[in-house]
Amino acid sequence: MAIDKETVRKVARLARIAEPEQRLEPLARELSGILGWIEQLNEVDIEGVEPMTSAVDMKLKMREDVVQDGPTGGGQPEKIVANAPKTEDHFFVVPKVVE
Amino acid sequence: MNDIADLTLAALRDALKAKKVSSLEATQAYLANIEKAKALNAFITVTPDKAREMAKASDARLAKGEGGPLEGVPLGIKDLFCTEGAPTTAGSRILDGFRPPYESSVTANLWRDGAVMLGKLNMDEFAMGSSNETSYYGPVVNPWRKKGGNSDLTPGGSSGGSSAAVAARLCAAATATDTGGSIRQPASLTGTVGVKPTYGRCSRWGIVAFASSLDQAGPIARDVRDAAIMLRSMAGCDPKDSTAVDRPVPDYEAALARSPKGLRIGVPKEYRVEGMPEEIERIWAQGVDWLKDAGCEIVEISLPLTKYALPVYYIVAPAEASSNLARYDGVRYGFRAKEYKDLLSMYEETRAQGFGDEVKRRILIGTYVLSAGYYDAYYLRAQKVRKRIFDEFVEAFGRVDLILTPSTPSAAFALGEKTADPVQMYLNDVFTVTANLAGLPGASVPAGLDRDGLPLGLQLLARPFDEETMFTGMAALEKAAGFKARPEPWWG
Repeated sequence: MAIDKETVRKVARLARIAEPEQRLEPLARELSGILGWIEQLNEVDIEGVEPMTSAVDMKLKMREDVVQDGPTGGGQPEKIVANAPKTEDHFFVVPKVVE
Repeated sequence: MNDIADLTLAALRDALKAKKVSSLEATQAYLANIEKAKALNAFITVTPDKAREMAKASDARLAKGEGGPLEGVPLGIKDLFCTEGAPTTAGSRILDGFRPPYESSVTANLWRDGAVMLGKLNMDEFAMGSSNETSYYGPVVNPWRKKGGNSDLTPGGSSGGSSAAVAARLCAAATATDTGGSIRQPASLTGTVGVKPTYGRCSRWGIVAFASSLDQAGPIARDVRDAAIMLRSMAGCDPKDSTAVDRPVPDYEAALARSPKGLRIGVPKEYRVEGMPEEIERIWAQGVDWLKDAGCEIVEISLPLTKYALPVYYIVAPAEASSNLARYDGVRYGFRAKEYKDLLSMYEETRAQGFGDEVKRRILIGTYVLSAGYYDAYYLRAQKVRKRIFDEFVEAFGRVDLILTPSTPSAAFALGEKTADPVQMYLNDVFTVTANLAGLPGASVPAGLDRDGLPLGLQLLARPFDEETMFTGMAALEKAAGFKARPEPWWG
């Protein structure tokens, strides 16, 4: 299926990527090329086939629902915000959302 | 000792244990090689202070007769593995300045076993690429050049820094990851050994996620024994990754001594593409003869859905990537755009400037195939074809123990040669991507040189969690091939 410029605009918005107007047409061509090549999957008979959901035959592991020790544990706000571009008192700072 | 960096990982390990060399000497030798090899652009970050500190600690343990299986061995780490306190970029601008406050489970396993970190290796951005050209830090250059030529070739991708560094003796071995061929293709293009283990064999915790149902870590090393030693340390169950399998890790090195006699080797007639050089057919046929001479039984098999593996991959991988990469929004870590007018435009500008073209392309494809109205036509269909590809392998492995194929449809190509057409670039992974879709272990072993003097690899695939048989087959191929060629050190 060929993708048009408007579809690229919509998908880019969904993906939260700013694409300048002049990139929409070339992107539509590139993506249509890739999706066109992918269309060959329509030749494969998938009648009655269950979709693959896991590469390895295993039961999903469960663990106790408790706070862990170490890097996945709690109580370390300094580490959590250490890499953020902008923080204040252990909060992430973003542009104003509500007027 | 003359040149410590020329020792294989196994030989260095033994020399360290016997106190013939110190870890600090080995580490200095590699740091000197890295310094001289700037033209290869294999490292994004070198960590010399950390390396010397770890080496001294290893030497102290070795002096007391202690130490793990990799004690004092200097390694390169693909920059997709989070390393505590050391920059981790995934080859992307969007992780600019990111220093993980934690260590990936695979690298933690390596440090537990005594290894020394030299630095972080260059790679395609978020592991999306087959030539290392999508890296924000510029392409890695293959240490190999065509006989008599001086143009720069690709070391493959996405683990191009890993393959180039191992081939150029910038580390004893390297970690890498493989989502569609990113360990095996670069290994093939640089005359090194690359192993992608079974999905679930290595923990994915702390590895920057690309496509979570396909990503798997593994080593790139100089020979089969070195790869076996590396994998044993990297692998293992991990409570932090629910897909890391709870099974004991075998001694892969011991599997090298097993006899390949009686192994049934499947040769799938579909592992051919239009325009594939005749030399690749020849080296594949040679590989078949080598294994036959080693006492294996050769079985012709058919895997008719092979040609659909790449199109399946280019739905499943971008779909998973579009979801995984949603976290890069300029709020919690990494790069944030300087100019924006509100929250939405901060996200959009950050991601527009932070991601490169190939990553954006794949996020858009992934977003499209998962969007309302297209999910069934693309993603669901792809997962059904994937199941059929998996079933085809299960059936084949009922009749054979290993499958032998070429690793790549061509030798190393020039930087810039395939960047214009994404689909041409994707075709690099045509022989490797099937193992990712089916979760199977796969490995590339150097088999010979083409007429230009460039290395070519052969691939072995095995049953899930039967890496040991794969290593037995790899050792047989390695022995027969007697591959000793090395690139001329033009880089200094």
